[in-house]
Amino acid sequence: MTTIEKSRKKESALRRPRDLTRGAYPGWFYLPAGVIYGVLFLLPTVVSFYFGFTRWNLSSAEFIGFDNFVTFFTQERLNRGFINTLIFGALTSVAKVALGLLLAVVLTSGIFARGYLRAVIFFPVLVSTIGVGVTFKILLDPFDGLVNQGLALIGITGPGWLTDPNLAIYSIAFVDIWKGVGLAALIYIAGIVAIPSDYFEAARVDGSNAWTNFWNITLPLVRPATITVVILSLIGGLRSFDLIWTMTSGGPGFASDTIASVIYKQYAAGYYGLSTAGNVILFVLVTVLVLPIYLFLNRKSKEL
Amino acid sequence: MIHSRKKSKRLVIGASVLAASLALAGCSGGDAGEDGAVKLTWYMGAGVPDDIATAEALAAAFNESNDDGITVEVDASGPEGVEGDNLIKTRLASGDMADLLWYNSGALLFALNPDQQLLNIQDEPWVDTLNDTYRSTISTEGGTYGAPVGNAMGGGILYNIDVFEAAGVEVPKTWDELLDTVKTIRDSGVDPVIQSYGDTWTSQMTVLADFYNVLGEDENFADEITANETTWQDGAGLKSFEKLQQLADADAFNADYSTLLFDQALTKLANGEGAMYPMLTFTQATFKQDYPDSNIGFFPVPGDSAEEVGLTTWMPSSVYSPAYTEHPEEVKEFMSFVASPDGCAVIGETRGNAGPFVVDGCEMTGEVSQIVSDMLPYFEEDKTKPAFEFLSAVKGPNLSNFTVEVGSGISTAEKAAGAYDEDNKLLAQQLGLPGW
Repeated sequence: MTTIEKSRKKESALRRPRDLTRGAYPGWFYLPAGVIYGVLFLLPTVVSFYFGFTRWNLSSAEFIGFDNFVTFFTQERLNRGFINTLIFGALTSVAKVALGLLLAVVLTSGIFARGYLRAVIFFPVLVSTIGVGVTFKILLDPFDGLVNQGLALIGITGPGWLTDPNLAIYSIAFVDIWKGVGLAALIYIAGIVAIPSDYFEAARVDGSNAWTNFWNITLPLVRPATITVVILSLIGGLRSFDLIWTMTSGGPGFASDTIASVIYKQYAAGYYGLSTAGNVILFVLVTVLVLPIYLFLNRKSKEL
Repeated sequence: MIHSRKKSKRLVIGASVLAASLALAGCSGGDAGEDGAVKLTWYMGAGVPDDIATAEALAAAFNESNDDGITVEVDASGPEGVEGDNLIKTRLASGDMADLLWYNSGALLFALNPDQQLLNIQDEPWVDTLNDTYRSTISTEGGTYGAPVGNAMGGGILYNIDVFEAAGVEVPKTWDELLDTVKTIRDSGVDPVIQSYGDTWTSQMTVLADFYNVLGEDENFADEITANETTWQDGAGLKSFEKLQQLADADAFNADYSTLLFDQALTKLANGEGAMYPMLTFTQATFKQDYPDSNIGFFPVPGDSAEEVGLTTWMPSSVYSPAYTEHPEEVKEFMSFVASPDGCAVIGETRGNAGPFVVDGCEMTGEVSQIVSDMLPYFEEDKTKPAFEFLSAVKGPNLSNFTVEVGSGISTAEKAAGAYDEDNKLLAQQLGLPGW
């Protein structure tokens, strides 16, 4: 072999990992991140399962069995949070998937100022949630807010977006969708752009229009992106706290509480055991909802 | 390879320096000063400007008058409302509280677990000069914990005298008369009762200020609640919730009640855009200062009979100290200044003559506003009773949310009272009270 061939062979041998399953780096590289994750996430999760069964005032914990969980599901001001969480999670997740896909299809077509529009759609994702919450609280004020004043100009009396107990959670869901749809669109754009154009050319030959293109090519082939968006938005929606707290603090009364804000209120009141029980319930809820969906969607995609 | 060994050695040294500096930064420094001069920090929330002004005036007067080199500095950076409570409870429990703390007396104090967390000052000589009712709101069986930083005040209904005159109504002496007054004022085109649910704590006032009448029906109500022998839903307390519901049903509120803030409500009352506002009398200082042309009076929440009208009183907030403070002797010296005629004089100057002092030897001097002079006869004739939170520790933290629900028409008086009972049960169990 010539020198050049020898050195090339040496280079490729160095680049190729010795054992494909082991990987190129030793497992010790996981240690620092693993320690932090274990101490700050795993350990409190496990310990909270214990404290959820106690009455805790930070210095002593008295074991009381399932009382905290019973309280959570029987007291109306607490179990309303449970229902609101499910509504909020489902609504925001579905809307983000649908709107995100729609926007992604529009933004990957040949429309004018595509780059600028993509930036505008994505910008709310980057803004602080607290800032968005405070701003929309002011905008949605039933008397002085811009939204209702604008509606009044065209003759409609706007409702109390955040003060009507039946409307509050939906108003907050709308703001959450506005804020998060950019991320969904971004993921979908990546998915759509990755579809090879051969499919579209072949379809054009067969005489397809925009709708059949979308339904038969785009939609099935962005399935991995759909799975990602569904899972991420569902988890985020179920755990949502910042927007609800800044916009209504769970009010009026308890009408727009979600489990996360209920947990915070119990913690603020000094009921540490009850608050931890709420956290356990949230953990179980998210796992029970998201894990089967994740497994179902992924299994189907493997078959594909 | 030598290259990577050197690099890893540098990495290790760098990491250990970083860790050491982090550990040192984690230690919170105490303030001992250079020549033994002690600096005490007084922590409070940013919610009520009058309170901050009082604290700063007391600190300034003490710093001038004491000759032991002690300085008190006010730290009013705390958040208000629920967030403030939350922060105070957490800081106390985690050992991170300042030397001095401004907080309510009564039930809210007891929720802080004072026997374990606060400095006990029961052996101080000035403790015997405290008014008995006030003393019971800052003491447990284990000790006494605070010094008063305000006056006793009343809770009831502030009203705009000019609006009443224009509508041709008099101060109502029974609750039914009040409902008639509401109707007359509504017909005259003015909002009869202002509500400000933008600040949820104000929604409780109607219910809480009715307590004199509750005790009139059942004088042991507070003790019975504490011992779990009666409930708000089944006992004399339900009437207070019903009064709020009757106001809501009578369409007595301003249109923007759900988002109006506390100081906006005071402005409305001062401008005559609303006739009545259920509130505490400490607001007389705001009216005197910011709305000197306004004509505001005060009357207690009426009951069923005109002869039995009485005032529900609120005890002042107090200054406390955590049990683990590093300067207990200096703290006690400051507290004894606060609970002395000198301290009272400072409070009187800052807050105006807002109500009777709770320390013997402190007198109100100078002129009083209309609100206070409407309130004083009840003190003089001994027709006062402390509000519920000063007679019992079982005041659940969610009352303001329940009253918002009743006032907004989301819930009924009975349901809200029942939910409040459940809330109290959680609190009583958390406090470890017997019988729950």
